[in-house]
Amino acid sequence: MTFDFGVIVDALPFLIQGLGLSFLLTILAASGGIVLAVVLALMRLSGYRSLSLISAAYVNFFRSMPLILVIFWFFFLVPLIIGRPVGGFYSALIAFTLFEAAYYSEIIRAGIQSVSRGQIAAGYATGLTYAQTMRFIVLPQAFRNMTPVLLTQGIVLFQDTSLVYVVALRDFMTATTIVARNEGRLIEMYVFAAAVYFVICFAGSLYVRRLQRKHGR
Amino acid sequence: MEYNWDWGVLFREPYFGWIIDGIGWTVTVSIAAWIIAFTIGSVVGVARTVPVRWVRSAATVYVELFRNIPLLVQLFLWYFVLPEVLPREWGLWMKREMPLPEVTTAIIGLGFYTASRVAEQVRSGIEAIPRGQSMAGYATGLTTVQLYRHILVPVAYRLIVPPLTSEFLTIFKNSSLALTIGVLETTARSRQITEFTFQGFEAFTAATVIYIVITLTVTAFMTVVDERAKIPGFITGGR
Repeated sequence: MTFDFGVIVDALPFLIQGLGLSFLLTILAASGGIVLAVVLALMRLSGYRSLSLISAAYVNFFRSMPLILVIFWFFFLVPLIIGRPVGGFYSALIAFTLFEAAYYSEIIRAGIQSVSRGQIAAGYATGLTYAQTMRFIVLPQAFRNMTPVLLTQGIVLFQDTSLVYVVALRDFMTATTIVARNEGRLIEMYVFAAAVYFVICFAGSLYVRRLQRKHGR
Repeated sequence: MEYNWDWGVLFREPYFGWIIDGIGWTVTVSIAAWIIAFTIGSVVGVARTVPVRWVRSAATVYVELFRNIPLLVQLFLWYFVLPEVLPREWGLWMKREMPLPEVTTAIIGLGFYTASRVAEQVRSGIEAIPRGQSMAGYATGLTTVQLYRHILVPVAYRLIVPPLTSEFLTIFKNSSLALTIGVLETTARSRQITEFTFQGFEAFTAATVIYIVITLTVTAFMTVVDERAKIPGFITGGR
């Protein structure tokens, strides 16, 4: 058996394009997911029973489903609701955003709870409204505490974007597979894919660890 | 939005049989993979804490390697790459004679991947045990092996029931990735029904309900386990 790593070099522009889509999907879904997650976490902690129940139901619902099933759901639903095909990228983006929000909201809830209650009381005492207390006092501290965990979840999300393979959206994984099948070079391509994912995710987790040490916990 | 509802499709043959079949594979793959994950995860997790440097390093390499490569890529490595890079006879055996190649590969891949996550929980459980316990163990004359066997490992397991529960739930969800190498488990069957009948709503709802029922069942079962395993007065859980 001979190995031919030349196929990787030839396919590099195509693969990088795929990697770009993986990154884009990660960044957009993480940003959207975090925004939605803050809302969910605030609802959960709001003290209004109905809001809190809705948020809990949302989180538990998405957390009991496999991501692949969520992706299939939205690839089926989004065009049906909008009434015309919108392209796989938007369906995937919506699926990832809604799915990740459930996981992020648990992290953010813990982050908000890690800010001592005295801070909230002090905010109210100085005459700030609920929104102002959250915006200027609680959330900034909460985000500082949970940055490492949020980043770790971001790495998990980056790995998860490989699942768009099941709907043939051209991320890094799908691009790798296309080259692998066309050139008949499965070994080289999948080993290469594993190496690329490993380097990116491992570097990311080393950075998170450094961040944790700097924060002193 | 135009859509022709037909919930009856789920109860017509062959679709009803497909769904039942799918549940069977989801449960089989998940539980078999969990046995591998729990066994290897326990060994690697313990190895991460032992006072022998090279053992610790080897265990760390295992965890980092399996945790930083997406499960999908790992499944493809097991399925497409491994038979080609093994000695010729082994590779041929894997491709021609290994029983249920897709299912077996999915179980092994999912098991080895989840093992790295179980290992981290076992490690954090052992590290959560106060040092006094190890010292007390050594003081009574236990060897390191005995210390792990009789004190650290049993206590650690009892501490990490909640995080292990969530890993166990994750394995059911992750078993859906087996569809990428051709295992017809629950998610694959729901898509297959959608393709055959265009009743996506009904098919995906069925799959969703199945996963929710699995989650609720496992959670209820593990709550009982946790109640019985909990060590009174010990507040530090795993992670």
